[in-house]
Amino acid sequence: MTLAGLFALWLLMSGLFKPLLIGFGLASVLVVGWITSRMDAQDGDHLDIRLSPLRLAGYLLWLLAEIARANWSVMRIILSRRMPVRQHLFRVPFSQKTDLGQVIFANSITLTPGTITVETERDNFLVHALGYDENDDEALAEMDRRVAQVETAGGV
Amino acid sequence: MNAVDVFLEVLSWALIVSGSVFVIIGSLGLWRLPDFWARLHGASVTESAGVILLIWGMCIQAGFTLITVKLIIIGIFLFITGPTATHAVANAALVTGWRPSEAEGLTGAEPEPLRPENEDDALDGGEE
Repeated sequence: MTLAGLFALWLLMSGLFKPLLIGFGLASVLVVGWITSRMDAQDGDHLDIRLSPLRLAGYLLWLLAEIARANWSVMRIILSRRMPVRQHLFRVPFSQKTDLGQVIFANSITLTPGTITVETERDNFLVHALGYDENDDEALAEMDRRVAQVETAGGV
Repeated sequence: MNAVDVFLEVLSWALIVSGSVFVIIGSLGLWRLPDFWARLHGASVTESAGVILLIWGMCIQAGFTLITVKLIIIGIFLFITGPTATHAVANAALVTGWRPSEAEGLTGAEPEPLRPENEDDALDGGEE
């Protein structure tokens, strides 16, 4: 299953169907499969993906709009003559239950210009903002809620 | 060239040009902003708006080909690795004791002291 997926990826990336190249593809797929099966035997670390694909797509669209808005405000700061920088480091609580959900939330914060996740703690992220204003906490709480909705089941 | 072709050409032209503008603005921010912490944000303009618009523009140029597939894959990788790398840089600065300068009237949050590396931490390590 995984091997077939990897081979499909190889075909997509190369787009050439000469026997030699197909052979290379098959060989590397087999080597990768062998290495990963050994790694699996070593630590057995698995990542459960408990996300709803539809809601994830909806979230990504919303995130794109959010990125556009944030870009606009950071652009205004950079281009204005006085540069109204208002830096602030503050805590943002998160409510996602899975590691992956938390990673998505933290990366979304960093991806929107103007805010960067600096540190992860047990229940909070430390977030640095370039042009902090009091509405930011509210906006990040909404993002937190939306990411938590993408998760399908609780679990650690 | 029919109307659809012209439209697509203009659209991809607009996307690529505006993407390039955002890359330049990001670089300008990197240069103008006052200190390390602020400059990180300048870089993130390049990495979000610049990358997204440029890749969209190039996808339209390429049409329904394997090149588009590759561009989308590149986009997904950048979407995930970009913020992760930014976080790594910022986190390294914080851990070594750098603190951002706070705006007037604001006090920054102090990070919790680092927990000692006991066995629990070693087991759930690698969260980034």
